[in-house]
Order: sequence, then C-alpha cells, then structure tokens
Amino acid sequence: MKLSIAKVHRRDFLKCGAAGATGLVVGFCLPQRASAELAPVAASAFAPNAWIRIAPDDTITLVIDKSEMGQGVVTSLSMLLAEELECDWKKIRTEFAPADKAYFNPIFGLQGTGGSMSIRASWKPLSQAGASAREMLIEAAAQNWGVDKSTCRAESGAVINTKTNARANYGSLAAAAAKIPPPKDVPLKDPHNCKLVGKPTKRLDTPIKTNGRAQFGIDVRVPGLLHAVVARCTVFGGKVATFDAAKAKTLPGVKQVVQIPSGIAVVADNTWNAMEGRRALDIKWDEGANANLNSAAISKLFADRAEQPGVEARKEGDVASALSSAAKKVEAVYEVPYLAHATMEPMNCTAHVRPDGVDVWVPTQFQTTTEMSAAKISGLKPEQIHVHTTYLGTGFGRRAEQDFVLEALETSKAVGAPVQVTWSREDDMHHDFYRPASYCRFTAGLGEDGMPVAWTNRIACPSIFSRFFGPESLKTKGLDNSSVEGAADIPYSIPNILVDYQLTEPGVPVGFWRSVGSSQNAFFTESFVDELAAAAGKDPFEFRRQLLQKSPRHLGVLDLVAAKAGWGAPPPAGRFRGIAVAKAFDTYVGQVAEISVDRKDGSLRVHRVVCAVDCGRVVNPATVEAQMQGGIVYGLTAALKDEITIDRGRVQQSNFNNYDMLRMNEMPHIEVHIVPSTESPTGCGEPGVPPVAPAVGNAVFAATGKRIRRLPIRGEDLA
Amino acid sequence: MAISFTVNGKPQSVDVSPQMPLLWVLRDTLGLTGTKFGCGMALCGACTVHINGEATRSCVTQVSSVAGKKITTIEGLSTGNNHPVQQAWIEVDVPQCGYCQSGQIMQAAALLSKKPNPSDADIDEAMAGNICRCGTYQRIREAIHRAAGQRAAALPSSVTASLAPVGR
Repeated sequence: MKLSIAKVHRRDFLKCGAAGATGLVVGFCLPQRASAELAPVAASAFAPNAWIRIAPDDTITLVIDKSEMGQGVVTSLSMLLAEELECDWKKIRTEFAPADKAYFNPIFGLQGTGGSMSIRASWKPLSQAGASAREMLIEAAAQNWGVDKSTCRAESGAVINTKTNARANYGSLAAAAAKIPPPKDVPLKDPHNCKLVGKPTKRLDTPIKTNGRAQFGIDVRVPGLLHAVVARCTVFGGKVATFDAAKAKTLPGVKQVVQIPSGIAVVADNTWNAMEGRRALDIKWDEGANANLNSAAISKLFADRAEQPGVEARKEGDVASALSSAAKKVEAVYEVPYLAHATMEPMNCTAHVRPDGVDVWVPTQFQTTTEMSAAKISGLKPEQIHVHTTYLGTGFGRRAEQDFVLEALETSKAVGAPVQVTWSREDDMHHDFYRPASYCRFTAGLGEDGMPVAWTNRIACPSIFSRFFGPESLKTKGLDNSSVEGAADIPYSIPNILVDYQLTEPGVPVGFWRSVGSSQNAFFTESFVDELAAAAGKDPFEFRRQLLQKSPRHLGVLDLVAAKAGWGAPPPAGRFRGIAVAKAFDTYVGQVAEISVDRKDGSLRVHRVVCAVDCGRVVNPATVEAQMQGGIVYGLTAALKDEITIDRGRVQQSNFNNYDMLRMNEMPHIEVHIVPSTESPTGCGEPGVPPVAPAVGNAVFAATGKRIRRLPIRGEDLA
Repeated sequence: MAISFTVNGKPQSVDVSPQMPLLWVLRDTLGLTGTKFGCGMALCGACTVHINGEATRSCVTQVSSVAGKKITTIEGLSTGNNHPVQQAWIEVDVPQCGYCQSGQIMQAAALLSKKPNPSDADIDEAMAGNICRCGTYQRIREAIHRAAGQRAAALPSSVTASLAPVGR
C-alpha cells in the first residue's frame, strides 16, 4: 500500500516536473488523478495535493515531508494542514513522504530538514494545501445538494449545509471532490479563528514513543535482512592498505566480509556477530597525511591565522581611526573546540540494492541526497528508488550526511541482500562531521560615556560549506556565512564594525551541528559584549538595552527574559546571574542563567535558566517550550562538558565515559516565555542553543570576576 | 546450546553465543526492537529492561546470565500503554525524538516500584544513568511525580523487586 502511494506521488509530480525542477516552486503541484493503473484507488479517493489524501471510509492521511527528529514536525505540520482542512484532529493519520520533487524545501531546493526551517518554509504552502482541499470538498457537497457554495461550511471532517443542517462526511465527498478544479489563492484563516494553530497541542507521536512501537532506522526489519558493521581507519583520511578476514569468516554468524570505500564491512546474521567479526579482522592501515595531526597544532594554526587579516564579512565605518581615538580599548581572544553530535540513535541505514530497484530505509534529514546516493551506487533511475524515512533518534545536522547511507548501499550491492549497517557509539564518535573548532580575536573601543565606538572580530574557522558542498561554494567571496553567522550580524548599534574571516582547515571533517555558526559565535559575541559592559562599569542588561534600541525583537526578548528572571532584584544568596541574547534562523532568544560556583572544588551548578523566545506566530506553544528546553540542555552540555580532541590524527573520545552528556542530576529548572507576535512563524529546533553558554559564562564572571573565554568551562577557570 | 528464559510472560529459547548481550538477542533474534542500543557500555541507559523486576542494562548483560529469569521489555510493560508511568509520559508529553524513552520509562517504573513517592533527589539518583540527548529531563521529572500521584492501582507484577544499581 505504502509503495503504491509513493508511486502515485512520484509519477504525478513528474508530470509537473517543470515547476518542481526550479527547486523553488512547490506549494501546489496538483497531480493528475485519472491514471488507469491507479483506478482502484484514484476513482474514489481524494488526493488534491502532495500532503492530503482522503479515502471513502473517511480516513484522512496527512503526508509529512519533513524528518521527525524530536522537533515535533509530525504534529506541527499536521496542525497546519488540519487547521485549514477542517478535519477531525483525533481521526487523522500521518505518514512520512517518499523522496519526491513535490516535497522539495522551497528554501533548500531539495527535500530535507534542517536550518530550523520546517515551519518557516512550510506554514504557508501547507496552510494553502489544507484550505484549497477544503474548498474543493465544500464545492463537491454544494454541487451534490444543488445549492450555492456560500451556504455550506466545513467542520470537523464534514461539510454542513447551513440551511438544511444536512451533513456530508469528507469520505463521502472524496470521489466528487477529486473532479473539482483546485481553487487558487484561497484566503487563510484569521489567527483569531484558529482552533489548533497557536494552541498547546499534544504530540501525535507520543503514544508510540512510550511503548516501543515507533520505528527508528535501527529498528527496520525486512525479510532476509543481514546486519553489518564497518571497520574504518580512525585517522581522518586514512585507508585500508591490506586486510585479512580469514579469522573473521570462521566466526559464528559471519556471512561475508567485503571491502567498501570507507573500510571493511563484516556482514552477519545479527549485529553482535558482525561486531565480533569486526574485532577479528586483521587490517593494515595507510594512515595518510593526517597521521600526525594533534589538538595543540590545530590550536596554534587557529591562533596564527587569526593574526592575519581575513575576508571581510561586515564592514561599517572606520574601525582603525575609531580605535585610535577611543577612551578605552578592550581586547580578548576566545576559543571553542570541535564537538560531536552524539545523536542518541547511532548512525545506521538499511538498504536493498536489486538489479531493478533499490529500497532505502533510513533515519535521514535529506531524502533527495539519499535518493541521489542510491542512484549513484545502483546505476538506476530515481523512479526505481524508494526512500523510506523512519523516525530519527535525533539528527542535529549529523543525519544531513550521506556516509552511513552509502555504506549500506555499497554493502547491500556487494552481498546481494538487504543489509542494515549499524554504527557503534565509538564509530559515531570517531567518524563524525564535527562542529568546527573556532577561534576569534576581538578588539573594541569605548567612548568617554563607556559605550562602544568600535568593534572588530576576526574569526578563524573551518568551512562547513566547503566540506559539504565543495570548495567552489566559497568562490564568490571566499566567505562561509555559516562560520560568521551570529558574529557578522550582531545587532548592537556600534558606529564602526569590522568582522573578518580566516578560513582555516586543519583537516578534521566538519558539519552542520545544531545552531551551526551561532553555536560558537553567540558565545564569543555575547561574552565579549559582557566584557565591554564590565569595562564600562555598566549593568550588562542595561548596557545591551541601550545598544539594541534599533533592534526591537532582540530588545523584546531581552526585556522579557530580564523581567521574568527578576534581573532588577538580587538573586538568592550564593547565586549569580548572567544574561545573553541571540538571533538564529530568524528566531530571537534571550536567556538568563542562574548559577552557583564552588571555587574550592572548581565546580559549577546551573540552577535555573529563564528563556524568552520570539519565533513570530506560534504554531504549537508546547513544542516551542520543549525545543527551548532541549536547546538549552544541548548548549549546556557543550558549555560544561565536552570537547573533541585530536591526537595522532584520531579523535581521543570514544563513548559517553569521556564525552558525557548533561544528565538528570545536573538539570536546571527551565522556564520558557513566548513573546506574542503576528510576524511570520519561524523555527525553534536550533535557536535555543546559542545563548546559554554565554549566559552561564557571564554568570561565572558575576560570581568570580573571571571571564570564561573558552569552552567547555573547566574547574581551573573557576578557582 | 539453547538458553531459555521468559520475555514479557512468554517462554523463549535461543540458540546463540552465550556471550551475546541480551540487548541484541532481544532486538535481532527475538525482534523486540523497543529496547534501544545507545552505547554498548552501560553508560546511557537506552537499553534498560527489567530482569526479575530489576532495572538492568541489557547491552552489558550476557544472555547466558538470564537463563531461567523473567525479562520485561517496554513492549511488555503493560497492555494498551496503561502502566502509570506510560500514562504520565503521555499526559506530560515527555518524548521528543523518543529514542531513549523506552529506557527512561523502564528505569522510572523500577524506581517507582521501590519508592512509590520519590523525592527530586531520589529521581536524580535513579535517573542519572539515563541520557536524553533531546533534553526532556524536566518533563521526565514531572511525569515521574505525576505517576507517583497516580499509584493507587497496583503495578504489574513484573515491577516488584528493588532497583538494581545500574550505570553511574
């Protein structure tokens, strides 16, 4: 059933490929419904667009074209569709979309989930899809009753004749509605009339996430499935020189050992036997050019690069003359390490490559590139490839990559059977695409009144875009915007600003990591702004306020968070506060961290984090709250715990014993406050992360007088 | 040589390597994929099941050690999601990605079987071995308190013994 539906969409959307091919048009590509092959389904069902299917038995299926990795898209996208469709929320079912141009993200130009973009990109097309389908159902009912459409209205999965109170369920109208031409430009509901959107709504996927039934990639089981693990060189860029699999092949359950581009795949009847087989491999590695890479050398490279002028990311006024005449100069250097994503579900993919088709079952953020990978490995056409997106045990950008997908495709092709490749936690830690380490050098000048007159920030950072899209992606300016986001766009009114960028590539693969450049740049800039406030002898909240008069949405979250945190009143005895504000992906977040420090044992406790968020019009406030909580925990883990270090070209961390996560006993109380807004809705998956590290660092300064200029915060930084 | 035990009330007999961790027997041999793989070293709690009622990390439990024992997994914690912990999880809307939640729920159920009204410190101690990368801890804490308030009805018999020292 599912496969046939996938085919419906694929063929129908190929027919409007001209629109889809631009990569920017999506909203409304209306399938041709008259295919003879599909007659049994199509004659009676109503599939007005890529996201809605209504069956004669009143079953309403909403197609979710984004990946659910915890951020709540199954629920929020369904809310957008259901609000305008006027269907019964309790009776909908959802399924994940196949890979298809119809589902291209209009901002990315491909089908994928990231950049806190699901709501930002989808709210309008999905609202319109629901509204248009509703109007077609109303028209079908009106024609059936022989009345004017204006006397009919839709409610809870039925059309009602307001004169006679006659009622027709959507299912009974499906066949007739399928013949109605889709209307264009149906007006969307006034927010005040919304029944779902804007109301705290329980997640649709909670029940199956409390009884073990939610299917993640690692849970895929298909007939004849074999399990594989891959031995890879732990030195970046290293390769297999020679290998001997004789012993591995004698072990119970080991079926085959095959070489693939990333290493040696051991294929067995279960995951454990594959792991045991891998342990028995004898491999000689060619460690390649990075065999002597280490963290100290990388740090020195960053520091050296930051001495040299870089590509200008923002230039306003004349910083040199402003600095020379400044009443006071403040300088500081900041540094953050590489970080692993550590998705809760380790990387995995299940693939079945056959001569005439490919199935890929995968927890992926990027369906289009998955389909391209399968086409490349199999040599088959896109229409012969079926991408089945599962639930994702978190993504954080790691599942935007194709490495684990390619391994499953290559191994399945080699052994001629469906294969699930599973990564161990150690594989995951050693072969990530890491959040870039970054280093920056600030110089600022203050005027006689203590307010800044000049701000320079030189950032040395590896380029994610260069690694992900190729070096040509930086061709125009030599600038990777993701390296300077949250730094080049600081909102403070300072007359002279220079932010420049030194592309620095030590050889460690980097990737998109929840909140991307803002994850480090908000720490840098919001800590340094605090330094300036201290240098000026001003309150850090009031100092920011004064500089944000032209940035009303920053100011809005700053004021709200300060009020809710009780900024004006002293904190409880022994506790200290820090504040920070940042915009990421067009969502504005302010946070106040309340901490205590035990300077004797060098320990820090975060007791409370107050968060204010402005994400425009809110779709699901319950999700906004959850995503802010989650972002804060993610940011605190980075601020307090972790760094990826390199020795002899390898990552030294391997599992949660040496790359730990924030745990229940370290959890602060988090309060989330949402700024009421009529602006277009924006996303919340990432923007909760950036402000928390500087808020905590600034609280440490309040507690100890010592400035935190590197992460993670160490005991010695508190003494 | 076959190893026999009971899973969710059903007798099972598996012919696998005695060293094979119970986790992989459950997931790959018996097809019970609700119990998750997270670290393989008892560091994250995603694989938590009950063995004779005690919360145990199945990723470091050799299958030979469970011969003759009663195992409960998330699939067998209740019928119809009606264990008080599951009910509380649904009411509070705890999960985000959901991957760690089987382990969290099994750990919380074991905690409540020993301490029907746990304090925040009890929750910290019992739950600190279970990582949630989505950061749902605040809602987990709330759900445990809520489940504790609803414990008039008896828990299923699988959750009766004391909480085992697990993880860290």
